[in-house]
Amino acid sequence: MLSGYWESVITFAGINVLMGLSLYVPMSAGLISLGQAGFMAIGAYLSAYLTKLGVPFPLAMAAGALAAGIVGLIVGAPALRIRGIYIMILTLGFGEIVRVFFLNFTPTGGALGYSGIQPLTEFYWVLTACAIALVAVWRLRHSRMGRAMIAIHEDDLAAEAMGINLMTVKLFAFSFGAVIAGVAGAFYAHQTLYIDAQQFDFARSATTFLYVVLGGPANPLGPVLGAVLVTILPETLRVVQDWRMTFFGGLLVIAAIWRPDGLLKPLHSYR
Amino acid sequence: MTALLVADAISKRFGGYLALADVGVQIRAGDIHALIGPNGAGKTTLFNIISGVAVPTAGRIAFQGQDYTGRRADQVLAMGVARNFQHVRLFPGLSIVENVMIGCHARMGSLLQELLSYVRLEPRAERDARDRALEVINFVGLQGRIAMLPGELTLVDQRRLEIARALASGPQLLLLDEPAAGMNPSEVNQLDTLIRQIRDSGITVLLVEHHTRLVMAVADRVTVLSAGRVIADGPPSIIQRDEAVITAYLGDSQ
Amino acid sequence: MLLQQLVNGLMLGSTYALVAIGYALIFGVLRLLHLAHGEVFMVGAFAGLMVSIWLSVGPLGALIGGLVVAALLGMLLELIAFRPIRHRGGNYLAPIVSSVGAGLVIQEIMTKLFGAEQISFPKQFESVVYQLGPIQVSDTQLFIMGIAFTTMFALHVFVTYTRLGTAMRAASENIEVASILGINVNTVVLLSFGIASGLGGIAGVLVGMNFSSISPFMGTDMATKGFAVMLIGGLGSIYGAMAGGLILGIVEVLSVAYLASSYRDAFVFLLMILILLLRPRGLFSAGIEPGR
Repeated sequence: MLSGYWESVITFAGINVLMGLSLYVPMSAGLISLGQAGFMAIGAYLSAYLTKLGVPFPLAMAAGALAAGIVGLIVGAPALRIRGIYIMILTLGFGEIVRVFFLNFTPTGGALGYSGIQPLTEFYWVLTACAIALVAVWRLRHSRMGRAMIAIHEDDLAAEAMGINLMTVKLFAFSFGAVIAGVAGAFYAHQTLYIDAQQFDFARSATTFLYVVLGGPANPLGPVLGAVLVTILPETLRVVQDWRMTFFGGLLVIAAIWRPDGLLKPLHSYR
Repeated sequence: MTALLVADAISKRFGGYLALADVGVQIRAGDIHALIGPNGAGKTTLFNIISGVAVPTAGRIAFQGQDYTGRRADQVLAMGVARNFQHVRLFPGLSIVENVMIGCHARMGSLLQELLSYVRLEPRAERDARDRALEVINFVGLQGRIAMLPGELTLVDQRRLEIARALASGPQLLLLDEPAAGMNPSEVNQLDTLIRQIRDSGITVLLVEHHTRLVMAVADRVTVLSAGRVIADGPPSIIQRDEAVITAYLGDSQ
Repeated sequence: MLLQQLVNGLMLGSTYALVAIGYALIFGVLRLLHLAHGEVFMVGAFAGLMVSIWLSVGPLGALIGGLVVAALLGMLLELIAFRPIRHRGGNYLAPIVSSVGAGLVIQEIMTKLFGAEQISFPKQFESVVYQLGPIQVSDTQLFIMGIAFTTMFALHVFVTYTRLGTAMRAASENIEVASILGINVNTVVLLSFGIASGLGGIAGVLVGMNFSSISPFMGTDMATKGFAVMLIGGLGSIYGAMAGGLILGIVEVLSVAYLASSYRDAFVFLLMILILLLRPRGLFSAGIEPGR
């Protein structure tokens, strides 16, 4: 059997895979979010609050994911009017607002953090959720919605002229991604058992962005590979002990130079 | 015969530049209607307004008697007006059949049905869209290459693919913006045949074209724009002898 | 009271402006979100600290130390982490990844060198407080504002009246056209990184003087605020970044004084989002297309 240590590493890798997929979805419609940690925080805090009240974990998780999805609709609405880098900064602002909110929100601990969460995350459930999310994202690619997302990403004017409602598709992409991040947050809270606002800061959003861009933003397996690498590498780099972030950072720079389009090529180039 | 599309007193201003001044055009159902004029005459602007990509500064535009001024491009397509682009705008990351399937989206029902079909493993709407796409691909003569990416096609075939994508939406009016650009004479002949076939299948065609020989060969009716105004309108035989048209084209003719 | 808050806000905002100008310069030329810029700012603060401890050269010496070290670091980053990607014609997102990697490296090295705790920044002034009518200003505050505004003015003169500065502005309008016109793009980009990072270094030293303490993590907060400021001002606009920085400083101080202080960062980003929605190109747009 796996040692407790590796079980926990795999659990965190799985949570990060979910985060990567949560960003992959809007990114395949050209919407780059630097605020995915905000959706994760909503899923984490709400589900933890509910399980503390005695609500069963799956229900609490569903509620957290739903709330994240609804907030995703709200954040996605202004994203309809702006593009590219503006969306990145808009979502960055959203993530910071969520963080400051939970930092000050006393019902869930405020600045002291939220402790005493029950250990309800089982690593095989995390892996199951990853598998489901991956299949969903994979099937999405071969559905009308997924095609429309790619079309918008590649040429939104032509997409609209071909009958695609930009609003519906963009809102769906944003909100679907937020739901996945909400699920990741619920698992996260019931794994660490203590959450505070700083755990959902910009660094987490930026790391999520890293998973996708490093792994390959045009291949559903890209964020999976990216998340696993980014989670496991610093662990295995324990050989270099205290300097592992330096090694890891250096590897990121090398990867960006060596494979600027991500480690995995776009799906359509494998034929 | 009644007009399928009526553009009435359309003006379009870009800053201080008046691209279209009080332009009126009527397109009869079942016609191949050509829109010609020298460079900068406002053809593409009018085209963008008809397809909902641009909004006129003044004037109204109606399809089958229904005013649709100011509607978004996707709503205009759903109404039955489809277009191609002068500078080909395909989706480079989607395969050829997927590009055409994008055109089918408008006819695939509601979002709720979409989500339900997504849960089922073999969604029927998806299969139907694929069948329809293959049919249209055959029609324009791109069969056998459905799994390729648009970038692997010649420019001429990319233009055919764009026409297929537009046809897949099942339009009543097809807008073609310079489809013959970059084609050699034998390819223009094929295009001539294709446009006639499209018309014969019951689709009205509005053709913006520089290629005068093609226009005069296929068009049932010709509207001539110059400097943002309509200077002539009528059957090709009359247009060819029109003084104003000949003057407008001096120095710009083929 | 309000007047006093405005002065405090201007002081805070002038440091934001210096950081945001750096973002704007780099974004203007490369359309790059430089996520390690906050780290460069932090290194500048530490360089200023070391110079003033080792060489005991006073506040101006500390500033020059911060400026030089940060500028060199910024140019080094361009050479190692960004230029190779550009030369390989990479995806526009790849430089963001390498900037994250570079930031991690810098942060860990600084943590190893100086520890993860707050370090106190040596006092540079006597803490004399001047009473100007209703306003109280300390000598530190006067120094910070004086330096920040002088630096901004110097930058204005540079981009307006020198050949290199004009080349930089041309490159930020359109880098391809600039290269066709015979401007050496690599030089201009390197120079932009140098200037942007140098300004960041100055800001780092000023923030160190203002709060009397620095830490290897001080860059993270500044980085996100710098983005907000650049966006409020208009992407890639130097003057927008100046104005945006001052506005942000004032908003922050006022929201602490009159609203809930612990929510001040949320106000900052709410303001940013509002401006984004009402004026998508920022208050003082440089006319850069939202694009990709």
